[in-house]
Amino acid sequence: MNAVAAMPPKSFEVKPKLDESGTPIGELLEISMGPHHPSTHGVFRMDVVLDGETVVKLKPVFGYLHRNHEKIGENISYLANMPYTDRLDYFCSMTNNWAYALTVEKLAGLAVPERAEYIRVIMAELTRLQNHTCLIGFFLQDMGALGTPMMYAFREREKILDLFESVSGARMMCNYMRFGGVRVDVNDEWIAQAKKVVSDYSKFLDEFGTFLTENEIVLARTQFIGVMSKELAVNASITGPMLRAAGVNYDLRKVDKYGIYGRFNFQVPVGEHGDIYDRYMVRVLEMRESIKILEQALRDIPAGPVMDPKSRLRGFRPKPGEVYGRVEGPKGELGFYLISDGSPNPYRYRVRPPSFVNLTILEDMCLGHRISDAVVILGSVDIVLGEVDR
Amino acid sequence: MLGEQIIKGMAVTAKNFFGSYVSKERLTTVQYPEEHLAQKENTRQFPFLVYDGDDWEKGLRCVACQICEKECPPKCIYIVKSKDKKPDYKGQLQVYPATFDIDISVCMSCQICVEVCPFESIKMDTKFELSTADRFGGLLLTKDKLAKSNSYYQKMHPQDAADSDAVIAAEKAKAEAKAKAAAEAKVKAEAEAKAKATAAAATAPVGAPVPTSPPPAAK
Repeated sequence: MNAVAAMPPKSFEVKPKLDESGTPIGELLEISMGPHHPSTHGVFRMDVVLDGETVVKLKPVFGYLHRNHEKIGENISYLANMPYTDRLDYFCSMTNNWAYALTVEKLAGLAVPERAEYIRVIMAELTRLQNHTCLIGFFLQDMGALGTPMMYAFREREKILDLFESVSGARMMCNYMRFGGVRVDVNDEWIAQAKKVVSDYSKFLDEFGTFLTENEIVLARTQFIGVMSKELAVNASITGPMLRAAGVNYDLRKVDKYGIYGRFNFQVPVGEHGDIYDRYMVRVLEMRESIKILEQALRDIPAGPVMDPKSRLRGFRPKPGEVYGRVEGPKGELGFYLISDGSPNPYRYRVRPPSFVNLTILEDMCLGHRISDAVVILGSVDIVLGEVDR
Repeated sequence: MLGEQIIKGMAVTAKNFFGSYVSKERLTTVQYPEEHLAQKENTRQFPFLVYDGDDWEKGLRCVACQICEKECPPKCIYIVKSKDKKPDYKGQLQVYPATFDIDISVCMSCQICVEVCPFESIKMDTKFELSTADRFGGLLLTKDKLAKSNSYYQKMHPQDAADSDAVIAAEKAKAEAKAKAAAEAKVKAEAEAKAKATAAAATAPVGAPVPTSPPPAAK
């Protein structure tokens, strides 16, 4: 990241011309970008006010993909809600499953067998790898690199999705974890295949690195664009790579040590400038750390059962109580809040989606930048509208 | 030098482009309708109903307990219980589904129905090319379209089918053993009662009622 540090900070304060009362004058243009603009990663709309090419006001509008996830969750059983959590952030169904299973396990007091814990870590880290790879592909496409980086990213992602499919039955909507373990065990053949994918992945990251990391166009488009200060990030409760890129060392895998993350040796990459380039770089380094975790987990995975014998599929009724469970998803802190009244359905169910919270400061990051940068800034936030609108 | 890294990046692209002509690893796509990738062992698409034997109506394992209907997250299963009963594989009289519909335009392939089914009667198919021109009825699968034989399932998922066959065989053996034990107990009780009755008849004064013990109810 030396190239970033060497460059002097530029001032991007382009202010619209004001009249005496302080209101902008001249040719202000209000554009409604979206909901089907290709850069919006789904159905998302930005109401942008432009002075020339500069953004002077931005209002995110969402809710086009709202499908009542939380209310549906209150009307079906605990188990039947598991496949719906796949559809929150459809890139990371495994971590969504884990967060939900973790919460219900806390509520019902179920223990997870050792082997299942290892499988969960492997699945979560594979999810992190493919999510970050795809995200980099997407936001380079937003930048104008049409196709090529995204195709490379999708080629690698498909290898991980093959692993998911061969164990859970579906590429994306895995529905794999259960309260007290995982649904099916992995076999030795699968572990060997996973080891191969993981060892090949660092080669791919090297290739991707030569391709992009010091590319002059990428540097020009990302450095000192969309800067988010440490204070703003903390005050707006930003989590995940966004927060770490702003220079805050906060990772739930280190803070909570949920599951068995306490056993693995890995580091948390932290950025220093909080611009798009740092967000990109933090994600690349995070993938390298994920590979380290995966190597350790695939080496140490013990034999044994994968389900808690106390857990039941039919007639599952946890004791009354309330609980909040969270994991470090690829996009940030993913939390589930549940109240049980002793019936088969949750009494109250609420999701804390990371990309929704991360989206709240979009205006602060975009003001003063050009409209083409606003697109890249939105790309670097890493939103999935399935999770934002729920 | 400005632009050095861009040239390096272009070299990567060129390597990938020309590599796709020689290396199989770099050419990962297939020409879809003509070529297919091999399917994974655990792949799941849409549910079907398993039947044993040759006659799908007779051999259907489903006993219309409606657990899958209740647990199905998008509520795409619709079951009507039959009024009459017919014997299942254990020889026990059970209701059967008079109507069993799955709307696969609603189904989200989550496999919850398969997991909660206590009778190993609903399983996941791997067929995925199901497009139809009939917008309303084409994707509403009724009982006759859903019923598929056990041999089809065995061919599709050998391991899972063997597991579920083992479960069913165990159930059947248990039921048979129980029935056998019950029959033996019945025979024994009858013999005992008979012996007792004859003994009682021999010893009892003439005219006294003959004590009879009712045979234990067979299960």
